Amino acid sequence: MSAARRQLYLGGALAALVIAVGLYAGGVFDNVGRQASARRAANDLTGDPTRTELAAPAARTGASAAFQPPAESEIPAGEFGDAVRRGREIFVDTPRAAPAYVGNSLRCVSCHLDAGRLADSSPLWAAFVSYPAYRSKTKSITTFQQRLQGCFEYSMNGRAPPLGAPELVALESYAYWLASGATLDPNIAGRGYPRLAPPAQMADFARGETVYADNCVLCHGADGAGQRAPDGYAVFPALWGADSFNWGAGMGRISNAAAFVKANMPLALPGTLTDQQAWDVALYMNSHERPQDPRYTGSVQGTRQDFHATEDSMYGREVAGKVLGASGAPKPFKARSAEPERLITPNGRRLFDKAEDR
Amino acid sequence: MITGWHVCGFGVGLMLSINCHADGAAIAKTGAEAAPACQICHGAAGEGSAPAGFPRLAGLGATYLQRQLAAFADGTRVNAVMMPIAKALSVAERVEVSAYYAALPVPVATLKSAPAPMPTPDSVGATLATRGRWADKLPACEQCHGPGGRGVGHDFPALTGQSATYLANQLAAWKTGARPPGPQGLMAAVAKKLSAAELRAVADHYAALPARAAQ
Repeated sequence: MSAARRQLYLGGALAALVIAVGLYAGGVFDNVGRQASARRAANDLTGDPTRTELAAPAARTGASAAFQPPAESEIPAGEFGDAVRRGREIFVDTPRAAPAYVGNSLRCVSCHLDAGRLADSSPLWAAFVSYPAYRSKTKSITTFQQRLQGCFEYSMNGRAPPLGAPELVALESYAYWLASGATLDPNIAGRGYPRLAPPAQMADFARGETVYADNCVLCHGADGAGQRAPDGYAVFPALWGADSFNWGAGMGRISNAAAFVKANMPLALPGTLTDQQAWDVALYMNSHERPQDPRYTGSVQGTRQDFHATEDSMYGREVAGKVLGASGAPKPFKARSAEPERLITPNGRRLFDKAEDR
Repeated sequence: MITGWHVCGFGVGLMLSINCHADGAAIAKTGAEAAPACQICHGAAGEGSAPAGFPRLAGLGATYLQRQLAAFADGTRVNAVMMPIAKALSVAERVEVSAYYAALPVPVATLKSAPAPMPTPDSVGATLATRGRWADKLPACEQCHGPGGRGVGHDFPALTGQSATYLANQLAAWKTGARPPGPQGLMAAVAKKLSAAELRAVADHYAALPARAAQ
């Protein structure tokens, strides 16, 4: 980066900070504050919501400054290394490696790019050093394994593996190993997705549809169902519909989806959408039907009141004449029939029992 | 009563109807007017020719193939052999011949998708193909071209079954602009992040993958 450009960035960041402080004092953010507290009562994907709300919008965590996890080739030999490798396998191939707990074709890596290694893509190492923590979503202290359970229940539209299940132990081992040498700090740079400032114009469905057509359709399809390899392997994840994350997932929050999109999409071209485009397309994505929130209380409006009472969620709101979430009670979870294929480690050890043995 | 004129007229009509209704298989096997038969270079089964760097066409997406023929025809994809051939084909003929090759069997499709094993630390090609270099905003090739590079949908063609020469030539062409940047400019963006040695390594990696599943 040239010195002049660095000065420009520094100047811009300072100006944004001064303006932000001024606006805050002037009460301009009051509405944002209300939204934020409502958000605290609803969802929480990136963990501690206060962390993201405290961050000045202009203060992006630069990926270059972030912690670097060890290289994959440094995974140690032996039992622990086997668990780390198994954790990685579950992370990148979740439906097949953890079929008993997954209800869609998403994979952990769908939302946590580069096998959970990439800063600003909700990396696994940053999550690992951030728990246990109090979460408003559960209104309790949540451990790392409990946090992983939430991913299975909501993002994977599946069922939480019991605490101590081999899948959770493997994922925890992988996360712990990725965090080797990281500071134990919930504010570690690169955690979550860098939050965007509130949009200049209210996020808009029609504009979002255009953004989607120009930038997302190629991979995710006009119907949002993603695309599969010839043998059925889901290469591009479903963004809405029966095969996507359910209404309880953090990605269902517009602000969270916008932050993810801005920092990570389209692949190979991250950061090319404007903030406004990211907000618009996030609203568009989350204005489609998806599996019911597992916390469904028996009515859409009751569920909205209890878990989605925020501008940040489209659940329970009407789009094109239909109320989102009005799909009745959650469908009972059916475990996939496929068994994990590789229960034996490269060294020939039997690492985990088959599902029916548990 | 059927006269010689009737027979003659029927024959002319038949020829006209054949000319108007482009036949993909016929173009591939015998050519069309100024365009020689595709199979001379691309093989009877659309398998391509590795030594010459002529690509495999069998099983690639129809829209992908059509887009390439259009780009050859309008000169945005620069290739001395293909440009005049594509120009000699009508739009309807390009559509038909693309559909013909898209429908040819893909022998590699029977391989089962699975996460790629960890590349050895010194394997540049396998690392870029299966892991990418995310710090440089460079996703793995298989992130879009699917596990094993066997292709996804109409827009992400298979990389297996292509020769190293062809793949390396294409990546180089994206770097120089001799090939259009592809949908959303993705391939130009990706190729420009690869050094000459790296693009050769990626090309070698995919050329070495089995083109056919074990029988």
